[in-house]
Amino acid sequence: MLDENSVISKEEKVSPLKLNMVQYVVALMLVVLLAGLWRLQVVSADNYRVLAEQNRIRKVPIMAPRGKIFDREGRLLVDNYASISCYLLREPSHDLTADLPRIAEGLHMTVDQIQYVLRKYQYAPKYQPIPLKQDLSPDEVAFIEAHRNELPELETLDEQRRLYPNGGFAAHLIGYVGEISENDLNKEKYAFYQAGDVVGKSGVEATYDAVLRGTDGSRDVVVDSRGREVGQLGQQDPVPGKDLRLSIDLDLQMAAEKAMEGKTGAMVAMDPHTGQILAMVSRPTYDPNQFAVRLTRDYWNKILNDQDHPMMNKAIQAQLAPGSTFKIIMSYAGLEEGLAQDLHVNCAGGGTFFGHFFACDKHHGGVDIYHAIPWSCDTFYYTLAERLQIDTIAKYATSVGIGQKTGIDLPDEATGTMPSTAWKLKNFHDKWYAGEVISVGIGQGAVQASPIQLARALSGIASGGALKRPHVILDGQLPEQYVQAVRDTYPGSGEKQVPLKTENWQIITDAMAETLNTGTAAASHLEGIDFAGKTGTAQVMSHAALARSGGGKKTVPNAWFVGMAPRRNPDIVVAVLWENGDWGSNSAKLGAQVVNTFVEKQRKKAGNLIKVAEAPKPAPSSGSAAKKEEPVTN
Amino acid sequence: MRRFSTFRDFDWVLLGFVLLLSVISVLEIYSATMHTKFHGFEKKQMEFLIIGLVLMFLVSLIDYHMLLEIVPWAYGVSIVSLIAVALVGTRVLGAKRWIKFPGGIHFQPSEWIKLVLVIAVARYFWSLGGRDLTWKDIAKAFALVCIPMLMVLKQPDLGTALTYSPILICGLFLGGIRFKQAAILVISFLLLVGGVWKTGKLLKPYQKARLTNFIDPDNDPQGSGYQIRQSLIAVGSGGIWGKGTTKGTQTQGDFLPIPYTDFIFAAFCEEHGFVGALGVLLIYFLILMRLIQNAQTAPDPPGAFIIMGIVAIIIFQMAVNIGMVIGFMPVTGIPLPLMSYGGSSVLFTFMALGIVMNVRMRRFVN
Repeated sequence: MLDENSVISKEEKVSPLKLNMVQYVVALMLVVLLAGLWRLQVVSADNYRVLAEQNRIRKVPIMAPRGKIFDREGRLLVDNYASISCYLLREPSHDLTADLPRIAEGLHMTVDQIQYVLRKYQYAPKYQPIPLKQDLSPDEVAFIEAHRNELPELETLDEQRRLYPNGGFAAHLIGYVGEISENDLNKEKYAFYQAGDVVGKSGVEATYDAVLRGTDGSRDVVVDSRGREVGQLGQQDPVPGKDLRLSIDLDLQMAAEKAMEGKTGAMVAMDPHTGQILAMVSRPTYDPNQFAVRLTRDYWNKILNDQDHPMMNKAIQAQLAPGSTFKIIMSYAGLEEGLAQDLHVNCAGGGTFFGHFFACDKHHGGVDIYHAIPWSCDTFYYTLAERLQIDTIAKYATSVGIGQKTGIDLPDEATGTMPSTAWKLKNFHDKWYAGEVISVGIGQGAVQASPIQLARALSGIASGGALKRPHVILDGQLPEQYVQAVRDTYPGSGEKQVPLKTENWQIITDAMAETLNTGTAAASHLEGIDFAGKTGTAQVMSHAALARSGGGKKTVPNAWFVGMAPRRNPDIVVAVLWENGDWGSNSAKLGAQVVNTFVEKQRKKAGNLIKVAEAPKPAPSSGSAAKKEEPVTN
Repeated sequence: MRRFSTFRDFDWVLLGFVLLLSVISVLEIYSATMHTKFHGFEKKQMEFLIIGLVLMFLVSLIDYHMLLEIVPWAYGVSIVSLIAVALVGTRVLGAKRWIKFPGGIHFQPSEWIKLVLVIAVARYFWSLGGRDLTWKDIAKAFALVCIPMLMVLKQPDLGTALTYSPILICGLFLGGIRFKQAAILVISFLLLVGGVWKTGKLLKPYQKARLTNFIDPDNDPQGSGYQIRQSLIAVGSGGIWGKGTTKGTQTQGDFLPIPYTDFIFAAFCEEHGFVGALGVLLIYFLILMRLIQNAQTAPDPPGAFIIMGIVAIIIFQMAVNIGMVIGFMPVTGIPLPLMSYGGSSVLFTFMALGIVMNVRMRRFVN
């Protein structure tokens, strides 16, 4: 085949030495590769096994449904609803930065918002999915489903979200939930929480968070590099949160909400026998649903810039001069000290004390305690204050909880202020000037109280000295240790018995009944109901400041009312604050609506019971001398 | 007196080792793809193997001297086909490597040029008659290999282009390069690489990234460092005995990139551990030793040159691929001969073996 001209000629063989060298090269190469394999598979195998596990196993949280919240009769106040959330996987296999614009577009977010979330979770373990957006709309879910292959870093998760069916209804009492803040994570209370957890932020949601939230479960799933689930290793079932019943009565709450509609202020209704809160309203309100999902900046700004402070629960956080409602405490102090019983004052539209003239809003003429309470005569209380002196007033006011937290099971209760010589020295490093007591006598000056403090103080006096700790959880709902733990979290003056002579108790309550019959709140008289109370009109600024201000809504006095039914050992006590409501009698009308609702409801219930038992109609009561066992009607 | 070549002189032992490795390959491809959309690739691989075996026997029948005769033509056709690729080639994933023929056949010239170059280099050095090489000889050898190499590099296909270099190195080494010349070449090469790296003209950014991330895979865990990292985890977590066939979590979980082609050794190591890897390396060792033995017994220098060229390619691909899998080498996309899935790779290897058989069968032919 090959001719002589071929390039191929026969010469010596290729050097055997060189071929042997190649053999050594092969052997050496294999030894080096084996050494590498030995290092990986024998020496460091355990390390790589750990890495392999981290690579492929992911804990997918199963959120425990949060406990629902009901009113005292089991009517739903807070519910949950099924919602789909989007989680972001930060596994190393995908190029997140490049995908951000597409993700942002599909989820109707901005790249900045996503980067904010990423920054927020930068210290969370990389294998932990981070919540990107809650409560996805159907087209957002469709976007994720349609781009599963291109955007494997997005994952949807079915969750239970908080639903407040009534919106701003009782919002301050119930509170709202939100993602736990970095700040909270550092607190001992939240030691077992992790970033991304939803926690109660205020109100009952915050106080009873540990009960409501339950325990989240998880699934250990085997995933591939794109985060797709390829198997499951185990599952830890979630423990659902406990449902809670509040002491709130939905009917009363609705009446209170309606009464406070369009106003600024607060109303609290309480069962003085137990301290259970029956209704609590603060206005203006906010929509807790806005917090359950991502809060919009507009809504947040609106709330932040509202001068009426919608986020503030004024029932427990307002610290304002109680005005004439304080005269109940003055009466209590005066009677117990034996100074008020026989005090007769001639009111000529005011009087001169410590060399200054102090005005009364009317020319009451001859006034004793039976007239001073219903007609709210300032001159009478100026005189009483002058005689009692500040420290005696402070002693009695403090004994019924003025200037102290009540210990209600809601966060951030305000303390209020009850001035005294010691208080002045401590806070102003100054001595108490005797003349300062005059304005305190009518609940002005340095006295500051919240509606809940006034409700509790009145409850104590009207029930003959038994002060209960206000609370919003229905009794017997939770184990005693837990209740105690909550009380330790929200300390206050709690429950106590203050000495109150029966005849003094009767004088005060009878006089308060007169307020609703012929006194300052006569317009709120409820026919056939033994309704007693006290109005208060508290100046928001001094007369001099008022003259300078030139008027405006914020200069109008705050209208207070505290009331109860029946007058002795009442079943309900209400405290109403209508900021800039002008006259206490205006607030009395609001309180009367709630008391009326309460009594009507009691009657209906009693009527039903009587029908069943075929009992005779109760005998009509003997008016002002009604005993505590008797029904609320006269 | 010429004796007819017969299959009695076929290297059945070599074929036995090759088939053993092929079976291991098919099993691992089956295992690695069973939970992916590439499920069933082991059947295709078996088809390639059968075609490869047929080709091997056919190639062994054609006297390699004939191949040496026609290789200048084949070389010319190769260059033309590479030009054709550049002009009318099909672009897949940003690289022009294929010529599409009617009937859905994709032809990748760069793969077959390896064989052409092996024979061309053998012919070239044989034509020099075994004398000491002059710089002119060396320059010609470089031109012979580097012209197609640069054209393939331009496609871009760094992996395939690099596999041409061992052919040249092997040729120069066996062809009689002196130590001083070799030293000068190595130093110049290093300087050239440094220069290219700095100007950055020849390498694509992703190719550069592969090289830098090879040095520190954790540097860019999301990008190209990911492959190395996942490969190390797969191999390392396999331990001594491995996790078992179809039980490799990295492989099955799709963490390991392309576990049936470039990273098949990683998949194998994860599922069969150090013991399995040792076995496979041993088989490779025996195959290579057998090949070198065949070169030693080759009837003439071009036969030895051809076999050693093939040995050089296999050693190079093995070192680069396994080195990559265990973190000794950057990721370059070079398949592991006889193990990786892929028609081109299988057919090339078996045709190369066919030429080896061819040489062996003619060792007594004069």
